[in-house]
Amino acid sequence: MAGIPHDHYEPKTGIEKWVNNRLPVVGLLYDTIMIPTPKNLNWMWIWGIVLTFCLALQIVTGIVLVMHYTPHADLAFASVEHIMRDVNGGFMLRYLHANGASLFFVAVYAHIFRGLYYGSYKEPREITWIIGILIFVLMMGTGFMGYVLPWGQMSFWGATVITGLFGAIPFIGESIQTWLLGGPAVDNYTLNRFFSLHYLLPFVIAGLVIVHIWAFHTTGNNNPTGVEVRRTSKAEAEKDTLPFWPYFVIKDLFALAVVMVVFWAIVGFMPNYLGHPDNYIEANPLATPAHIVPEWYFLPFYAILRAFTSEVWVVQIASFLTGGIIDAKFFGVLAMFGAIAVMALVPWLDTSSVRSGRYRPMFKWWFALLVVDFMVLMWLGAMPAEEPYASYSLIASAYWFAYFLVILPLLGVIEKPDTPPATIEEDFEAHYGKSDATPAE
Amino acid sequence: MKKGQQQMFKTLALSSILALALGPVAAFAAEEAEGGEGEHANASHSSGHIEDVAFSFEGPFGTYDQNQLQRGLKVYTEVCAACHGLKFVPFRTLGDAGGPHLPEDQVRAYAANFEVFDAELDDTRPATPPDKFPANNGVGAPDLSLMAKARAGFHGPYGTGISQFVNGIGGPEYIYSILTGYTGKQKEEAGSIFYENTAFPSGWIKMAPPLSGEDVEFDDGHSNELHHEAEDVAAFLMWTAEPKMMARKQVGFVGVLFLVVLSVLLYLTNKRIWAPHKGKAHS
Repeated sequence: MAGIPHDHYEPKTGIEKWVNNRLPVVGLLYDTIMIPTPKNLNWMWIWGIVLTFCLALQIVTGIVLVMHYTPHADLAFASVEHIMRDVNGGFMLRYLHANGASLFFVAVYAHIFRGLYYGSYKEPREITWIIGILIFVLMMGTGFMGYVLPWGQMSFWGATVITGLFGAIPFIGESIQTWLLGGPAVDNYTLNRFFSLHYLLPFVIAGLVIVHIWAFHTTGNNNPTGVEVRRTSKAEAEKDTLPFWPYFVIKDLFALAVVMVVFWAIVGFMPNYLGHPDNYIEANPLATPAHIVPEWYFLPFYAILRAFTSEVWVVQIASFLTGGIIDAKFFGVLAMFGAIAVMALVPWLDTSSVRSGRYRPMFKWWFALLVVDFMVLMWLGAMPAEEPYASYSLIASAYWFAYFLVILPLLGVIEKPDTPPATIEEDFEAHYGKSDATPAE
Repeated sequence: MKKGQQQMFKTLALSSILALALGPVAAFAAEEAEGGEGEHANASHSSGHIEDVAFSFEGPFGTYDQNQLQRGLKVYTEVCAACHGLKFVPFRTLGDAGGPHLPEDQVRAYAANFEVFDAELDDTRPATPPDKFPANNGVGAPDLSLMAKARAGFHGPYGTGISQFVNGIGGPEYIYSILTGYTGKQKEEAGSIFYENTAFPSGWIKMAPPLSGEDVEFDDGHSNELHHEAEDVAAFLMWTAEPKMMARKQVGFVGVLFLVVLSVLLYLTNKRIWAPHKGKAHS
């Protein structure tokens, strides 16, 4: 593997050599676990482990839940109650899985915003970033389909609203919607295919996670300074890094344990806090809930979807120019997917010569505003589609796009960044003093 | 050294604030959004007035009151069961510890009062403990198995819903408030009679006042005033909705305790292995 110079696995005993000559799996694991890691990583670099844990938790609890769940429109709701009442520990399995999805998204948003602040997307880590966005999109699909499976009122009507988005695509939309649903409306066939895909996609995600790790193990981790590890010699690289095991494994496990205290308290003491009471009512195609609200982790994007009504001039221009092909509904759908697409393009939209936000005095403020904007969008996504929320949504959505499409490209030209430290070692020593392990000079 | 630790706590605190903020902000928003006017069956919001009741099962250490659940069962059986089913609740669970905890013979005798349909016999027969309460679709009244979780009464403080941690979501309070919220006024609309109710979101409910006080005689001699009956049946319906609550809280408590100890040990381990690499220049 290219990258930071470090010691590689050397098979010593006869058996080790025998295995390694046939399947270098031990060497691969050794190199992965001992990878040199910038020693100045801060506490925002722990979310990767939390995410890996979430994926494992969801797959393990999910596989067991499937043993007791019945994917049928008439039986699904009752089978969930069967899990809650009759299956040994079933209530914990289900609450862990349902709240596990929320933890997964808390972690992924923290992970993404960390990347955006420290410029983790910038050259040479573009592929790591894009794979990450792909994982995020798959997570949203998986989360959405998982929420449909208990077949409560919000499951049913959420599925109806979200698949309806695809119906907004001109000409082919309706065919796509029917294809997704498996029929003209949300029904048993929809539940079946969502169940199948909800089981499949986590394994696709797991595959992509391996590629994600492979990619950043090739380029090396980013770090809070954004300065690359020196790699002209092993000795120099060792001044900037420490091996992943045990330094970062223990640090990450500590952080994971702290996160788990909060998570476990929620599961144990208020497991329905992040859910919606309506989903304890069995799906009823004849009764629409007063307000159909998606799960909290979709709200920012849901707000962007709803922001572009036919009264907005951008929408009117788009509609006029395309002869009505792009109407308000389709524009909203494009905006929602566009909001994710601009994140994927950020490696090429950020023109700054400095990687880390730590050394970008103007960027810092715009970034902080982006985080606030995200929170505001989340709040607006749950509000009814009426004034003043509609106007707020439009402003907040506009900022989201402006940040990526206007502010980031311009900042690289306007802003005069501070000078980052020359090396990671320098940054580390400025924080923690000279290492005891370093020989006295 | 000191600065490093400060830095760590600062960033860790910031991360957890971010993590914690994301959820509640949204839950706040979601619950605020429910505040609008809605129709009967699907209205899970609470623009009606919800009375707070200090139930024994609230908070991280709250437990069900076995006697109260038994009294609530009696109210359900003698009043509610006429129109409402409990189709997800098996009779045998009436004998569970952490529930009404009825003796086995009483559970069997109780179940035998209900007729259930047996597909093998192609006929009805008296229910046995493994059977579930029969569904009751007679007058279109909603099933009550999950009612206490399908309605939210509390969203505070400031709509964050955090008070759930000590108060619960307010579902039982919603039931209590409906049962005690009748004003005595009624009106006829489209051929149906509606009764004014201060807890019901639209203000007018189709259900006639089911309880008026002194509807049942409690075996334990407990007062059968209206608000006592309403409290007891609301507690019973919380149990039907969340029968494993006490087991769950125990798992929660043990888990949190274990994870706190684990966190401390990992913190010390982490500090120790990093110590040689962090100089003492700043201490």
